[in-house]
Amino acid sequence: MLNDWLFIGIFLVLAPLFPALALIVPRIIAPRKPNPLKSETYECGIETVGNTWVQFRVQFYIYALVFLIFDVELVFLFPWAAAFDQLPLFAVVEGVLFLLILLAGLVYAWRKGALEWA
Amino acid sequence: MTALQVIFLITAVGTLGSALMVVITRNLVHAALWLVAALFGVAVIFVQLNAGFLAIAQVVIYIGAIAILMIFAIMLTRRVAQDAGPQTNPNWAWAFLVAAVLFGGLTWLLSAWSGFSTPMPEISSRADPLRQLGQALVSPNAYVLPFEVASVLLVTALIGAIMIAWDRKSG
Amino acid sequence: MGDPVTLIGKWLENLFFGWGLSAGLVSLIMAVVGVVVIASVVLVLDIFLVWVERKIVARFQDRLGPNRLGPFGLVQPIADVIKLLIKEDILPKGADRFVYNLAPILALATVLLLWAVLPLSSTIYGTNLNVGVLYIVAVGAISTLGIIMAGWASNNKYALLGAFRTVAQMVSYEVPMVIAMLVPVILARSMGLKDIVDAQRIWFLFIAPLPALIFLITSIAELGRAPFDLTEAESEIVAGYHIEYTGMKFGLFYAGELLHALTVGGIISTLFLGGWRGPGAETYPILGVFYFFIKAFFLYWVIMWVKYSLPRIRIDHMLNLNWKFLTPLSLAILIVTAILDKILPRSSEAIYALGMLAANVVVGWITLQLLRLNVRSERKRVAEPKPVAQPETSVAAVTSQTSSSSS
Repeated sequence: MLNDWLFIGIFLVLAPLFPALALIVPRIIAPRKPNPLKSETYECGIETVGNTWVQFRVQFYIYALVFLIFDVELVFLFPWAAAFDQLPLFAVVEGVLFLLILLAGLVYAWRKGALEWA
Repeated sequence: MTALQVIFLITAVGTLGSALMVVITRNLVHAALWLVAALFGVAVIFVQLNAGFLAIAQVVIYIGAIAILMIFAIMLTRRVAQDAGPQTNPNWAWAFLVAAVLFGGLTWLLSAWSGFSTPMPEISSRADPLRQLGQALVSPNAYVLPFEVASVLLVTALIGAIMIAWDRKSG
Repeated sequence: MGDPVTLIGKWLENLFFGWGLSAGLVSLIMAVVGVVVIASVVLVLDIFLVWVERKIVARFQDRLGPNRLGPFGLVQPIADVIKLLIKEDILPKGADRFVYNLAPILALATVLLLWAVLPLSSTIYGTNLNVGVLYIVAVGAISTLGIIMAGWASNNKYALLGAFRTVAQMVSYEVPMVIAMLVPVILARSMGLKDIVDAQRIWFLFIAPLPALIFLITSIAELGRAPFDLTEAESEIVAGYHIEYTGMKFGLFYAGELLHALTVGGIISTLFLGGWRGPGAETYPILGVFYFFIKAFFLYWVIMWVKYSLPRIRIDHMLNLNWKFLTPLSLAILIVTAILDKILPRSSEAIYALGMLAANVVVGWITLQLLRLNVRSERKRVAEPKPVAQPETSVAAVTSQTSSSSS
């Protein structure tokens, strides 16, 4: 099994090299004429006003949070699904119970209005 | 020095170095990215311990969800990414002393442990740890109760976080 | 004779052994060769994809597409690549140099990493990780991180806003996507992609059509392609998180997106369409590669078809679609599949397949009925008379009002 991961490890090391090569070539052959006007931040042709930080809405955080909860739940379910043929029916029902408890959580978030964008 | 040991040393140094950079760097978003590197190092160590599933779960949950949540939280609450305060605390000498004593004590304790020299039991190549984990999670004489309680815990965390983070009036 | 790739691999191995290298070093070199071959083939395919995209979008829009350079315009993508390579590399003011440069590398590298686990034929695959399906999710998670890095490092309000919205969309759609991925894992009893393809004597598309559809929709959302492309809505926030990227860096994002679409086609064909399976693919593995790419390109065409036919959907509609429709639906079909899998007899494939198919159809029909009820109540709510501001109808009324209020 370690051999499989060694392949992934080598891939992890080599895969960024291809796009890195694609970035190094322009560094060699492309013109470099830096100009303060060229490196201005883009704002549809006008000058930027104010700080770059936008006070962004808390809704983004709520979505990431709900995603986190479901992500952990799903990671728990993967071994359950992989061992499916050795599980008796009641073990499957236990897994379904796990899913239903989390579905209840989703319904709570829905009813509280936490999933609304506005 | 087997190849596995060399890889382990490189990974360990990388993880510890990234963890150190998390606390040293001035830029908060950089600190979050160094944390991602440290978490990835931990995943690589899991792989070397033959726990492939845990390594992938580490990447999916920690890097894919928790690191993103942290970066969102940083950008939600901080107006300026640079930390303007001093990097060190006036009590750093005491802290260093306590840390050194703790480190010395732990090293002394572990030096007497026999586990370093006993060879690890062989995991038979036929055994599939993933399936055994799956069975153990739902088997009544194994971990089914923690499994179900974990789901209740997750729902509780969800409800608590929504109550704290989201206010219906302000939206 | 049907498997030239394995033959070449064995020949190379014998060559290295003949040079007296140790077994460990030989396996390392073979792994490196395998990685380089897979990555190169995929990147060449990527350049070809630029041509495919432009020709097909042209046909959808009733025009010809590039046809000047080379026969049928085949040299066009090479010209595009050369143009991108010689463009000036501009670093925006205040941008974080290291993170700014790392983001496009991460965007393309994560797509390349996905090809390590896809089985191209019964004998040609990178590696049969026993956690292959979760590996795909993990690599997707790293690409999400790359987007935040791109948006933040550009030092641009619109890039940051675009990055947040993109990440919110990608992160939301990952939930039904992973739930839909659990269904082939249950049906094949393993998380390894090679095992999932090996278990598809009947394609999973026919046993579990609803999860396949959910996976297709959520993958299109994950790709950030229309109708879910509000994150790079050209008319609204210009280009989203890659506003400040020019030249080859933008090229990497763009090529990464196209390649990701093909990779998603490959993943769907592996999970639901039987991967490399086809007539004669077991005896001649090279045919397996052919079938795999046919299926992957067919799905790429379907994804493009959807892109060039549907308008962009609004962000609140998109998020409602995910959290209030796709997530409960995918959970429901997962529960139904899990329970039915234990009730239906595994011995008879026909009964098993038909039973699952019937369950999918029933769940789909129930969903449609619920949607109809929902639409009916929405229409009633919208049709209710609401108070409307009435303009003053005569000047006399206004003057009498003002005189009475002033007196």
